[in-house]
Amino acid sequence: MSDFSKMPGYVSTKEEHGEATVVVDRAHVRDACAYARDELGFNVLMDVVATDYLGWAGKGVSGYIGTASGRDLNAPMTQGLQALPDVKPARFSVSYHLLALRQGAPRLRLQTWLEDGDPVDSVVPVWPAADWFEREQFDLMGIRFHGHPNLARLLMDDDWEGHPLRKDYPIGGEPVRFSPAE
Amino acid sequence: MSTTLRHVGRTRRWPVVGDAIYDGSRIPARVPTVLDVPPHLRDTDDVLTVNFGPNHPSTHGVLRLIVDLDGEEVVGLSAVVGYLHTGFEKNMEQKTWWKAITYPERIDYVGYQNNELVFVLAIEKLLDIEVPEKATWTRMLLCELNRIHSHLVFLGTSALELGAISMFWYCFRERENILDLFELVAGQRMHTRYFQAGGLAEDIPIGFFPEARKFVENMPSSLDDYLTLLDRNKIWLERTQGVGLLSSDDAIALGQTGPVLRASGVDWDLRRDQPYLAYEQVDFRVPVYTGGDVYDRYRVRMDEMAESVKIARQCVDRLERMEGEPWIADDRKVVLPPREELHTSMESLIHHFKIVTEGYRVPAGEVYVAIESPRGESGCYVVSDGGPRPWRVHFRAPSFAALQATATCSQNTLIADLIAIVGSLDAVMGDTDR
Repeated sequence: MSDFSKMPGYVSTKEEHGEATVVVDRAHVRDACAYARDELGFNVLMDVVATDYLGWAGKGVSGYIGTASGRDLNAPMTQGLQALPDVKPARFSVSYHLLALRQGAPRLRLQTWLEDGDPVDSVVPVWPAADWFEREQFDLMGIRFHGHPNLARLLMDDDWEGHPLRKDYPIGGEPVRFSPAE
Repeated sequence: MSTTLRHVGRTRRWPVVGDAIYDGSRIPARVPTVLDVPPHLRDTDDVLTVNFGPNHPSTHGVLRLIVDLDGEEVVGLSAVVGYLHTGFEKNMEQKTWWKAITYPERIDYVGYQNNELVFVLAIEKLLDIEVPEKATWTRMLLCELNRIHSHLVFLGTSALELGAISMFWYCFRERENILDLFELVAGQRMHTRYFQAGGLAEDIPIGFFPEARKFVENMPSSLDDYLTLLDRNKIWLERTQGVGLLSSDDAIALGQTGPVLRASGVDWDLRRDQPYLAYEQVDFRVPVYTGGDVYDRYRVRMDEMAESVKIARQCVDRLERMEGEPWIADDRKVVLPPREELHTSMESLIHHFKIVTEGYRVPAGEVYVAIESPRGESGCYVVSDGGPRPWRVHFRAPSFAALQATATCSQNTLIADLIAIVGSLDAVMGDTDR
């Protein structure tokens, strides 16, 4: 694994399941992306994805049953709650999946953490491909990409309220309009 | 930009109109996905804005294009997507892992088997579960059949849109054979839900192999037929050659993958460059063309079908020798117990009940898995909190990325070429909008 510590805004590195994740500071995302492209050779932006960790590691969120003293996935035949996952540094993560078109197909996940309403610098100047990727995450997750040339809703209606992929977005029941006046 | 590609085709420098995002590029400057009307034409009576779609027979579903025309020439363009957004990613968060497998197939409803595979591979990566060899080879066989199916749909519909109606019937004749094979193996013609975490839902039935062999023996001559019909057809050549140009640098900058990237001269295929399943054990070639136009995208797909037939034949050869081997992992915490055991074993009954009602749990973590789907890199980003339901699922849809290139490809073209260009990008709107 190459050394990522010289990356602008570098916070930490981890490698899990054979995938390298580099966490960078929110203020340096664009510089870090430009560094990854120009210095490390990750020439393709494959994806931009945001995740909402509201309620992460809380009870009853993803089907926990039983008590905290309970079941561990690695120790079968125990009952109840398995080991709680790690606490996350902030509510939202934004991950940039990068690929280098060269032997071995090295991949890198650049990740940054932010709270609701915090802006992230848009990486459209680094990769034009970020245009729709960022618009989609703005639309569905409400991440504000600072400096995006056209940050409008993409998949939902232009006048849609709320960001559906957030964990606090109500499930079921959607207001139906029958006439423009309503 | 430092690129160390093994092979980069000759990059033509096409005339750049207006402002480009970087030197030598044709990507529009202000917004990379929107073609602005040039200043001297703006607000003049010469420019006619036409709304094209979302319900138009040639938009492959519900793509909407807002096109500014100066006569027949396209001077401005923006693509509007989202008409088929159904919230798959949100839905999958509400389902247990094993129930969520049905969703990815419906996202890319033409390359369904590949999309199912990428999600199943992501679950397996988190579970760290060993998949039997027979399951791996069966997956590969079905994914290649699915790739042929997808390219046949592309070829049939694209040719139809350009007036070659008979191509549609021929392509759908062979597509029918592939769907019959899927029905034979999984009971469903499309959206099979045949891949499970750990292997397959069922063993391959007796009688599949003779039919599959018949198909791989007959398909090459059908491909020759298509070539005879199209490749010396003057109209087809006139309408596809030199149309919808995309340079290799622009294709990389716009995140293009799959046939669109390979038609722009970039030799990149995840099956060879980042092998998954057992692709390093089969013999195939990656077709690359350097023209970057609609014709070369068609040629890449034609050659890929021939290569897929080759891979499918090798899979059938291999699978025929695997009679009686296990087709699913032996992990009772994830895999449903054999049906007959439910009558005799209390533990099996309990496991069955727990997996069906509560679902299996997947260790906490995040993974990104990418495969070469018929449309390019299909990626799946999955976050698990250790519970029986995914915390977050996101699909990197190749069609979504491909449509970002519409504005770049459509410069200096006529309105009629737009049909050919959109067809050649081969976007499935379900995949784009998710």
